[in-house]
Amino acid sequence: MNYNVTEKGYYGTFGGAYIPEMLYPNVENLRKNYLKVMAEPDFKAEFDQLLKDYVGRPSPLYFAKRLSEKYNTKVYLKREDLNHTGAHKVNNTIGQILMAKKLGKQRIIAETGAGQHGVATATVCALMGMDCVVYMGEIDIARQAPNVARMKMLGAEVRPALSGSKTLKDATNEAIRDWINNPVDTHYIIGSAIGPHPYPDMVTRFQSIISEEIKWQLKEKEGRENPDYVVACIGGGSNAAGTYYHFLHEEEVGIIAVEAAGKGINSGESAATSALGKEGVIHGCKTLLMQTNDGQITEPYSISAGLDYPGVGPLHAHLYKSGRGEFYSATDDEAMQSGLELTKLEGIIPAIESSHALAIFKHKTFKPDDVVVISLSGRGDKDLDNYIKYFNL
Amino acid sequence: MNRINQKMQEDKKLLSLYFTAGYPELNNTVKIIKDLEASGIDMIEIGLPFSDPLADGPTIQNSSTIALKNGMTTKLLFEQLKDIRKTVSIPLIIMGYFNPMLQYGVEAFCAKCAEIGIDGLIMPDLPLAVYQDEYEAIFKKHNLKNIFLITPQTSDERIKEIDNASDAFIYMVSSASVTGSKTGFGQEQTDYFERIASMNLKNPQIIGFGINNNETYTQATKETKGAIIGSAFIKHLTENGADTISDFVQKIR
Repeated sequence: MNYNVTEKGYYGTFGGAYIPEMLYPNVENLRKNYLKVMAEPDFKAEFDQLLKDYVGRPSPLYFAKRLSEKYNTKVYLKREDLNHTGAHKVNNTIGQILMAKKLGKQRIIAETGAGQHGVATATVCALMGMDCVVYMGEIDIARQAPNVARMKMLGAEVRPALSGSKTLKDATNEAIRDWINNPVDTHYIIGSAIGPHPYPDMVTRFQSIISEEIKWQLKEKEGRENPDYVVACIGGGSNAAGTYYHFLHEEEVGIIAVEAAGKGINSGESAATSALGKEGVIHGCKTLLMQTNDGQITEPYSISAGLDYPGVGPLHAHLYKSGRGEFYSATDDEAMQSGLELTKLEGIIPAIESSHALAIFKHKTFKPDDVVVISLSGRGDKDLDNYIKYFNL
Repeated sequence: MNRINQKMQEDKKLLSLYFTAGYPELNNTVKIIKDLEASGIDMIEIGLPFSDPLADGPTIQNSSTIALKNGMTTKLLFEQLKDIRKTVSIPLIIMGYFNPMLQYGVEAFCAKCAEIGIDGLIMPDLPLAVYQDEYEAIFKKHNLKNIFLITPQTSDERIKEIDNASDAFIYMVSSASVTGSKTGFGQEQTDYFERIASMNLKNPQIIGFGINNNETYTQATKETKGAIIGSAFIKHLTENGADTISDFVQKIR
């Protein structure tokens, strides 16, 4: 089985570029150029240098001793939470802003849910001196005030998405509309491994630094490059795509995805797309999608704003359908408990998104000599309010 | 012959109107279509509402949201239209987004359109390449014309490709925008209209986006076969309800 994207932008039956003609010139220009640009030595040099000196890579691969003892297996955490801006998102925004410069664009737009991608985008725009507009659902603006303030401080304009459910899906619609209205000078930095081809592949490649580092770091620590399992949470799936990338074709490595079950898969308030979704088209790609029988996109729910998306990246839809990936889902409660557990055992407060990945131990038992690498995609500072409310701290 | 092709042969400028099925009231659909024909409209785009209409501005996003809240579905729209050809003879086009069509089943959707007497489809997010690879044969079997969009940014090469793939008319998006966002046409648009006219395409062109009164209608149809009005008509329905359609049409031409 091949897990790489095809020439036409598909992973199995998922992917493609289902875009209105208004977006065609920009998306086609990107499709024609992204691999060429990424292979240019000066691009690679600048990308690598910024990841090292600005983001602080490589991020540590940390052996979580007490967590390992508790679950009687060997757990490593890939510490994306230690990146500048607090999550894996910045790997992609650094890559894409360099891409935008190469393509001659002067203005950047982005969508954001919890605000992590918005902050990562506003950060690189400040770094490069480029105009930045971030679309954010009106409801998310209200519940993520510190990130809104960060973006403003970084010089970005935060525009509320007032349509539909006023959350991430609608912010994405508004960003796409902005790109339709500004087709010449603007680049759209999509934050997840979603959207029309080539976005899922481009975002995955920028995030693939995560698994590239895991390989040599694990070699140093365990004497082998391949763990038995890699585990990541999935909303759209950018940290997961980066965590899996270099292991996709290594059959001895088990690939584990944890989605957000919200209040329970069958509660009507969930974001577990692989369990609840059917093949459909959202934001320019064919993928698994939560929708009505009539093809209207339904509102997802998760306590974690970063996993609160009704679709999933087409690579992940393919991993699910082909059986290459093992898919689980964790409820709000399981995620919150797992987040608190990591805090108490290891002294690390994880983002609630990442807490979903940690909740794998509530669903799967590993063998004592299994090496399990979990992507700790972000830090929990942004979620303190949620933790405080949930645990009455 | 397909009704759209017949209409294109008439020696006049065409005015086509878009409305969202299920808006303002769930069961307005047939009445609006009949009133439009009685007002002298040449062709109608019946909007199948979608939850996430990303090529549309706030006006049509809002009419779509309300139509869905009212209970509009693909099945219900087909049910409402089942006898439409007993009374209406102008070309009817369904305009919507691809996902509802995909969920209904592309083949079943096209068969139902043919049964009702729908003449064509506009699906902005069904791209040319996917249409040609997967669905063209199905559309043709049911004598449905697929209408493609071009914009000021579309390259000449791509326009020729779209012209070759089309057999009805080309939907010329007037400017770089979502629906309902511009007022009035400037030099940039005039240049674009003239550039396309000079390409001598085999399909006639009809301009949409940004037409909202007699002045923009006249400008848009100077070099082309006709014009499509969407958001401005939806606004009229919002403000005046569905009983004063001829008043709106009289303001345009």
